[in-house]
Amino acid sequence: MPLKESPSRKAFLKINLGILIIFSLIMLLPFLHVLAQSFSSSGAIDRGEVIFWPVELTFANYNYVFQDMSIWRAFGVTVFITIVGTIFNLIATATLAYPLSRQEFIGRKFLLFMVLFTMIFSAPLIPTYLLVQKLGMLNSLSALIIPTAISAFNFFVMRSFFLNIPQELIDSSRIDGCGELRILFQIVLPLSKPALATLGIFYAVFHWNTYFNALMYIENRRLYPLQVKLREMIVDDSLVADPTSDVFTTMLSTSPEGIKMATIIVATIPILMVYPFLQRFFIKGFLLGSMKD
Amino acid sequence: MMLKQNLRTMWKFKALYLIALPGIAYFILFKYVPLMGSVIAFQNYNIFHGVTGSSWVGLAHFEKMFSYPEFIRILKNTLLINLYDILFAFTAPIVLALMLNEVRKVVAKRLIQTIVYMPHFLSWVIISGIFIGVLSPSSGLINNFIQSLGYEPIYFLGDDSYIRSIIVGSGIWRDTGWGTIIYLAALAGINPALYEAADVDGANHWQKMWNITLPCLLPTITILFLLQIGNFLDFGFERVYVFLNPLNRVNGEIFDTYIYQVGLLQNQFSYTTAIGIFKSIVGLVLLVGANWLSRRATGNSLY
Repeated sequence: MPLKESPSRKAFLKINLGILIIFSLIMLLPFLHVLAQSFSSSGAIDRGEVIFWPVELTFANYNYVFQDMSIWRAFGVTVFITIVGTIFNLIATATLAYPLSRQEFIGRKFLLFMVLFTMIFSAPLIPTYLLVQKLGMLNSLSALIIPTAISAFNFFVMRSFFLNIPQELIDSSRIDGCGELRILFQIVLPLSKPALATLGIFYAVFHWNTYFNALMYIENRRLYPLQVKLREMIVDDSLVADPTSDVFTTMLSTSPEGIKMATIIVATIPILMVYPFLQRFFIKGFLLGSMKD
Repeated sequence: MMLKQNLRTMWKFKALYLIALPGIAYFILFKYVPLMGSVIAFQNYNIFHGVTGSSWVGLAHFEKMFSYPEFIRILKNTLLINLYDILFAFTAPIVLALMLNEVRKVVAKRLIQTIVYMPHFLSWVIISGIFIGVLSPSSGLINNFIQSLGYEPIYFLGDDSYIRSIIVGSGIWRDTGWGTIIYLAALAGINPALYEAADVDGANHWQKMWNITLPCLLPTITILFLLQIGNFLDFGFERVYVFLNPLNRVNGEIFDTYIYQVGLLQNQFSYTTAIGIFKSIVGLVLLVGANWLSRRATGNSLY
């Protein structure tokens, strides 16, 4: 029987909801501010008139961004490492997680500990850099893909998923004459689509946002991924005392500020478009990963 | 006998070992080789001579480290930023999850969740771009507001005194909503019978929260807290680096950014590897200590 709610309880619920709405606005308003600036004229931005709505509406900032070939190139590099990298990640993770999820694998405790240990004691930066250098991967996109082949956390998520696949299924496939590789690729992986999708998205977001590794390993400007290019634009243009910025502004009738904001919006949109899917998968994976075996 | 049997099983399932081989090789090559490569902290590492050919100097780099006034400054920054992060960024999701849990309207709850999760998917570069825009002294939202109240605009990112707050604050903005997920799952798992029994006993909402909800959340809180301690000092390069500039470096620089700056850009490989080792060991000691403390105090521990 539902009890009638007391007035103080009702007031509490209202205040609670009110605070949550304010908190949500704090999440949203910065986006609106950036969006409004990206559509505003340089004069309006400089005078500090732009808050949440474009002032002196203009598309010049976006025109500039879309005409800049180096942004397109960086975008292409990022799409490439996201696709190739994610596929590589999934294969590498699955081929290690599958054997280590099987009871027949002697020595799996030791190997599991070996993986776990890297989560506690991670490889130091400089020796890792020297290794990548020695392997001749500097200034190549392989440096953004191969050294991050398996994330230990994702490995454990995938393994706990594989553990739930019934042993009988594996055994009967073996009796039918299936080799282990075929069991993995034709039986286990098709059954693991939810796990593959979840981890695929984990890995894809990681590659899409990759910045530090590219900063370290990539010097060739033609191979810059989007985040590095973006950072360069944000920093270059945010310098107030940049002597070239005046010339830049009058020449293009756009403002560095506006271009910066337009670039941020352009780089954010792909993530926001897949966000509803991301949210669902991520939450699933997050909870799956937090479960114990 | 045992060994022979084991070997026979291994031979029978040799395909499994072959499949696992690339993955094992990956961990050895990219995780364990660099770990062993840390010995360059005890050498004067020279690119041309390599790990085997460089001269040994013992603890000289560690001594140098502690005698540097700069090192003390960076240690202080790292500790302070982490401490603030634990105080504020760790507790924020707990409070938010408790508040969200009180929302009875399903649509409102969904909508709020969707909005607060969102910033988590943006890269730190984009987050820094948004913050630099919003905090800009001439055109930013915050300074618009400050000026409308009749005060002088503040150049937040050009000043040492704000950088730590900006680093911690941007982390809260990005990850608080995301952090609630696991707490909300834990809240959903609490047995409703507990609340019904409390209702019968005449408990009010606050009493129920103190005596049922929080104790039920405690194991989750402890585990996440220990994980956070485990990452103490491993604050993450990107989230700090994207906000640093020459004007705020003094208070904002942490170990990770310093190792990149001095180690990679100035080629001081051995010295910065020593710092890296120091960082890992302090992190490990903190983790073991916190785990021990937590096991004695709450009975929950990571291992």
